[in-house]
Amino acid sequence: MVFKRKDLLGTRDLTADEIRNLLASANSFLEIAERPLKKVPALRGKTVVNLFYEPSTRTRTSFEIAAKRLSADAINMSASTSSVVKGESLLDTVDNIQAMAPDIIVVRHRHVGAAHLIAGHIRASVVNAGDGANEHPTQALLDLLTISQHKSLESGLKVAIIGDIAHSRVARSNIWALTTLGITVRVCAPPTMLPREMEKIAGVEVCRTPEEALEGVDVVMMLRIQLERQDKLLFPSIRDYARIFGLNRQRLALAKADAIVMHPGPMNRGVEITSEVADSDRAVILNQVSNGVALRMAVLFLLGGQGS
Amino acid sequence: MEEKRICDAREMDRILERMADEIIARNRKHPKLALVGILSRGVCLARRLQRLIREKSGRDLPLGILDITLYRDDLSHATHHPVLRQTEIPFSLDDATVILVDDVLYTGRTVRAALDGLIDFGRPRSIQLAVLVDRGCRELPIAADYVGIEIPASPQDRVMVRVEESDGFDSVSVGPRTTAAGE
Repeated sequence: MVFKRKDLLGTRDLTADEIRNLLASANSFLEIAERPLKKVPALRGKTVVNLFYEPSTRTRTSFEIAAKRLSADAINMSASTSSVVKGESLLDTVDNIQAMAPDIIVVRHRHVGAAHLIAGHIRASVVNAGDGANEHPTQALLDLLTISQHKSLESGLKVAIIGDIAHSRVARSNIWALTTLGITVRVCAPPTMLPREMEKIAGVEVCRTPEEALEGVDVVMMLRIQLERQDKLLFPSIRDYARIFGLNRQRLALAKADAIVMHPGPMNRGVEITSEVADSDRAVILNQVSNGVALRMAVLFLLGGQGS
Repeated sequence: MEEKRICDAREMDRILERMADEIIARNRKHPKLALVGILSRGVCLARRLQRLIREKSGRDLPLGILDITLYRDDLSHATHHPVLRQTEIPFSLDDATVILVDDVLYTGRTVRAALDGLIDFGRPRSIQLAVLVDRGCRELPIAADYVGIEIPASPQDRVMVRVEESDGFDSVSVGPRTTAAGE
């Protein structure tokens, strides 16, 4: 496989072949986590900078572990402890990082397009680890890798995504990637959390109730309710949200008997998902986390190994 | 220059039988013996040696698959990435005598990468190298313990091993080097 891209900014412009090849590579990296010595020399001497302008534990740690298992030097920079708080602009920060000759920059930023702006500005490869409500491509790809371990990724498969679609980059990246593979995506959210014209995307069905969305699906993806946004009054109360949209055992029974349950984390137990479902054998939430390391190893390897 | 066939399926069978005999004779006293093939044709050859050794001696050796992509020394020079395939070593290498199997021994760089890879999985008691073809032109101080056939070839030549499993037929041939890498 030839991965010709300098950057991974989103899943929207990835072809089905590129997605399948990325997943195949990631699949080969899974084995490294099982070894007694979990390190390969593939990116020895390469530098990966994790530049996070938003709080993140899981994604940043996952990228850091992925880089280190490839023998790259991983450096973490978070906005709260950097010169950003001193008023430096994004591009000035990036220029300063570029001056230290990193090979890959992994960036998370609250503004849509931040990763694209940086990618067009510097020589290093850029991986988008989340830009506003736009995209989070490695999360979608690790979700696809997780689905592929239980189901065949082909048309006919039905995936329900339930929750705050409007503010979710995870939902967006998943919708682009899944529909590119010809998979049907049902979305369901309170009207205040559903972007307009969603139904115009080929392969997307908008459902009014979670019951309608769950009926006969193979995969259920629950999104995190961003409690910190609750002040915007997007729904009457957390209790109402849990009652109407939360995934419990009864609702899950509407999906196929072998349907898997996913959540990008961090979970609000008792809000979008009950503990009973989250801890059941149908949930593959921790597999998603394990797969995330392998998927990110594949991405860093494919971007970082390309000659200078 | 046309591609010149050095040996056909029947001769390849005979060569592998002889190699199996040598492996059995040399490792009678080693209780923990294992085969590891280097992807892709090394794995096909390792499977055949595994079968031959079972038929001849009754010993059932475990077989591992090794992809050396992540251990290559030319990753940052390569214009594109080779496909990463799955490494599977479903047994412990600690204290094992490992027979590393590949189709062609040339510069020795593949074997160097494979040794690094193997050692990441444990501490073998010893590693022996079995190759179907030794074509010379080494760039590293590496030698094989079991050699099927020696073909002195220049760097301008391309030595091709074809196996039924992936190519439809068995043969070893020498031809002019083309742009597509073969070994």
